[in-house]
Amino acid sequence: MGGMQDFGPVAPEADEPRFHHPWERRAFALTLAMGATGAWNLDQARRTRESLPPAQYLASSYYEIWFAGLVALMRERGLASAAEIASGCKHEPPKSLPRRLDGDSVAAALARGASTQRPLPGTPRFALGDAVRTVNFNPPGHTRLPRYCRGKQGTIVAIHGAHVYPDANARGDGENPHWLYTVRFPARELWGPDTSATTVHVDCFEPYLEAR
Amino acid sequence: MDVRVRALESLLVEKGYVDPKALDVLIETYETKVGPHNGARVVARAWTDPRYREWLLADATAAIASLGYTGRQGEHMVVLPNSARVHNMVVCTLCSCYPWPVLGLPPVWYKSAPYRARAVIDPRGVLADFGVMLPADVEMRVWDSTAEVRYLVLPERPAGTDDWTEEQLATLVTRDSMIGTGLARAPAACAPAIR
Repeated sequence: MGGMQDFGPVAPEADEPRFHHPWERRAFALTLAMGATGAWNLDQARRTRESLPPAQYLASSYYEIWFAGLVALMRERGLASAAEIASGCKHEPPKSLPRRLDGDSVAAALARGASTQRPLPGTPRFALGDAVRTVNFNPPGHTRLPRYCRGKQGTIVAIHGAHVYPDANARGDGENPHWLYTVRFPARELWGPDTSATTVHVDCFEPYLEAR
Repeated sequence: MDVRVRALESLLVEKGYVDPKALDVLIETYETKVGPHNGARVVARAWTDPRYREWLLADATAAIASLGYTGRQGEHMVVLPNSARVHNMVVCTLCSCYPWPVLGLPPVWYKSAPYRARAVIDPRGVLADFGVMLPADVEMRVWDSTAEVRYLVLPERPAGTDDWTEEQLATLVTRDSMIGTGLARAPAACAPAIR
């Protein structure tokens, strides 16, 4: 939604609590715990949240979106039926999942995290300072190239190694790692004169970029 | 929502997919342990130790890990130093990516449409919403966290703090100053809570 107008001012909240309703705590923890089972990957979770109808997405709070995404993934994977989700009662036996996050292993799992960096033979196609242009594409599925910077000219300012490629991983096509770069765009290249930014930096996977 | 979330939780526990104790630990961790006080320690260390600052700017993931902050949503860290000439602001226009180990969970405004839509096109307008005005000649650099790199802004050290200890300095580091929607507190305005 970068660059969309008329959402109004940003509204900081003084002394904001971490969660605003008790259910937000539980929805947050359920999402993390189910993510840790390996039933789906991070990119599939993001894709599912994004694929809510736009009007519903924009009218929902962050944890409402998380909850809707979690329910959709549970149903898609056949891990719970609509009737079970509505009633909260088990009607069908559970499916087996790759892992389960136990209470005693939470701290270690969080501290370890889940690096997306992967070894990749060869060298990156672009070097620091290279002039690049982002591709102009509009795939129906998941991508991490924002709409506002497609077909735009920028410069490579960082190379982060090779990382899991979200576009493929969200489709279930494997991790398919690609080199990841930070690209600096002059703000006027993106927005014309209607901007107060000087530069905007976007992390771009190699397939998002072409030489210019 | 309360009823629906509760129903899902009891179903997932009954099916054995989640351990209720894990849910409690996850909530306790992010509600009481992880928060911007972690990032404030990183910043205060960088303000007082030039070698640490250099390391932080060269390899943020390792330098931050040396203070004990690692893991989920902070696996690949980059630190962006603010100066009198350059102001950095971090956003995630696509979802709400945020460096959890150093800042905790993001505030609602960071995840909201107004911030995600406007930070990339009008960072000065966003700063004005936070009551911050910067001189016209300051370069405004925005960083959209579109991959798994997570950004932390290193705010400028406030003037008049030459004889402050690292612990004292940490109290001046606000959450917003590490996102780039604010500045570190001036000493006179120092208040105990970190926003």
